[in-house]
Amino acid sequence: METVKVTAETKATVVPATRKKRKLTADHWFAFSFLLPSIVLIFIFVYGFIGWTGYVSLSSWNSLVPDFSFAGLKNYAYLFSDFRFQADLRNTLVFTILFISVVIILGQFLAILLDQKLRGESIFRNIFFFPMALSFVVTGVVWQWLLNPSTGINLFLKKIGFESKWYTDTNILASLHWGKIEFGVPVAMIAVVIAAVWQMTGFAVAMYLAGLRAIPDEVREAARMDGATEFQIYRKIIIPLLRPITVSVIIIMAHISLKIFDLIYAMTGPGANFVTDVPGVYMFETTFRGNYYANGAAIAIIMLLSVALFIVPYLISSRKGES
Amino acid sequence: MKKKGLWLSLALTFSLALTGCNSDSASKNTSGSGGEKGKEKLEIFSWWTGAGEEDGLKALIKLFQEKYPDIPVENAAVAGGAGTNAKAVLASRMQGNDPPATFQVHGGAELNAGWVAAGKMEPLNDLYEKEGWMDKFPKSLIDMVSKDGKIYSVPVNIHRGNVLWYNKKIFDENGLQPPKTFDEFFQVADKLKAKGITPLALGDKEPWAATHIFETVLLGTLGVDDYKKLWTGELSFDDAKVKEAVNTFKKMLNYINEDHSSRNWQDAAQLVAKGEAAMNIMGDWVKGYFVNDLKLKVNEDFGYVPTPNTDGQFMVITDTFGLPKGVKNPDDVKKFLAVLGSVEGQDAFNPLKGSIPARIDADVSKYDEYGKATIEDFKTAKLAPSLAHGSAAPEGFVTKVNQAVNIFVTQKDVKSFIDTLVSASAELKK
Repeated sequence: METVKVTAETKATVVPATRKKRKLTADHWFAFSFLLPSIVLIFIFVYGFIGWTGYVSLSSWNSLVPDFSFAGLKNYAYLFSDFRFQADLRNTLVFTILFISVVIILGQFLAILLDQKLRGESIFRNIFFFPMALSFVVTGVVWQWLLNPSTGINLFLKKIGFESKWYTDTNILASLHWGKIEFGVPVAMIAVVIAAVWQMTGFAVAMYLAGLRAIPDEVREAARMDGATEFQIYRKIIIPLLRPITVSVIIIMAHISLKIFDLIYAMTGPGANFVTDVPGVYMFETTFRGNYYANGAAIAIIMLLSVALFIVPYLISSRKGES
Repeated sequence: MKKKGLWLSLALTFSLALTGCNSDSASKNTSGSGGEKGKEKLEIFSWWTGAGEEDGLKALIKLFQEKYPDIPVENAAVAGGAGTNAKAVLASRMQGNDPPATFQVHGGAELNAGWVAAGKMEPLNDLYEKEGWMDKFPKSLIDMVSKDGKIYSVPVNIHRGNVLWYNKKIFDENGLQPPKTFDEFFQVADKLKAKGITPLALGDKEPWAATHIFETVLLGTLGVDDYKKLWTGELSFDDAKVKEAVNTFKKMLNYINEDHSSRNWQDAAQLVAKGEAAMNIMGDWVKGYFVNDLKLKVNEDFGYVPTPNTDGQFMVITDTFGLPKGVKNPDDVKKFLAVLGSVEGQDAFNPLKGSIPARIDADVSKYDEYGKATIEDFKTAKLAPSLAHGSAAPEGFVTKVNQAVNIFVTQKDVKSFIDTLVSASAELKK
């Protein structure tokens, strides 16, 4: 996605400039020829393969023997009627909402605390930011053991009377019957959200901290002069001023959570009754274990579209902002 | 001046890109043109990277190199449990017409409905005739690696799937006998449960472990002949016997450990080793894990019996190697396969891997107590292909069954489980 963003942005800046001058100078040709190799490569290896995946998703290639006969939307129809994929959609939705909201609230809260000019601020900043340096696989393995019902922190929690089955719990909270599945919040997903939040909050803290630093002191001073309390300053002034940061955090977290694979794969796997399964894991297993290439491609396209739901409005709005 | 510099760097960028391509094709060439100087490398592709199995593979390669010192060998093993990663790598190489010289594949559907059906394998009948193997491997095993009268791979080992492992100390202390039938199983399980011991250890973080129990129940309920008919579509999954098996399986699930979905098969076997659970149903790679990794003794710390109602039946999991089409050095590959299929080769590999030889005339004295007993059983027992390990049905069907089992373990909805099996089995008749 990073690459997509970059090219779209460069296009946005280059195109209006050339139109204004209407004449291409030598400099433009130089710039273009420098860009050419990467443009060609991106077209082949990003857009070309997206197109190929889209083509495969409409074919009947569901065994080891390639079969490119046109199947229409059959693979998509199958997925949406499939128990596992319905569960995946529920899990992704629940995970995305919980993950993003907790990261935003916690990130903002910690950043504001850090902004109080306390001593050793850089130590805390590093502590919060450190989990970001780990890969999701490491996080997954660590939290798998921490939250394992028979080991980990549960031995301690049991003593104080709190028992949870964490990611092995198959209950669905607030469940409604929908399609083939129980729609609601799978309890097991909460364990995964905890691990993901632990890893990604530091990133949100860093972004919010940068945002807080960009707010000039005069604004706060002026508010204090007008008799606003500290709480009011944050509620009415600082937090609204942080909105652009929040939008960026949402975009970045959304594309992580919609595409998440490694954390789930290392930590829980698909889970009993698919309570922690996500489209990424399903795509990998159905393609490379079951040889359902067309079904796997269809899942990939659905994932791409779901990420696009977040990215495209962002690109459009950032383009408007530039022109 | 500025422009000149630009052009220069531009030219440099392009030439760098070009050399990038060049060095790539050059490196390919050296591996290919090695034939002029020495020989084409013999690339052996497998997922044997674990403790005992890697030693076995190395012993096999050593034996081959003693016989053919002029053929360079490359051990191209891809790590990852049960070959998931290796199979993904293999699939992309085969699709891209860049097959390894020879690769590990389970006999049965994984070979026949997979690579043979895709037209990617060479028949090996001439090799079997030349080496005189036709009566050295059991006929039903040769059938598992054949399609339409053509033999496509050489089996190197045999694992037994339908084994029930039990903690000897728990059984002795409670005066229990290992169960032979489902009734006995449930009696034993009830007694254990009353004492607060988990009767059956399951680790289905990877759902095939639950499918593994289900297939042994199917085998125990249907018998070998009807069990085999399920995979050819001759017997439907809504048959009354299948329903009985599903109900038995459902009942067994009442006796498993609560945290089953957080464990893999080793973690489940460990419960039995530590005495936290009494029984475990798993293939005999568990023996290797118990003996090599946990230093337990056969018939002292742990015991084994065939799973309920499957005495005289043998759920076969066999690793085999074949010859893909389009390989540059087929004669070298055949030399390797000849070593692999020889008594010497099988006896170098199997004692280390903890499996038994696929040949019926191997040297029994090289195997441990469990191995000796299993070799005897293998000679007389009726062979059944394993579903969970890809021998009974194509991978696509296995994946769907694994999904259905994963749902069933939680929901325990017999009707919807059987409905899913019936609709998935439409693929088997193709």
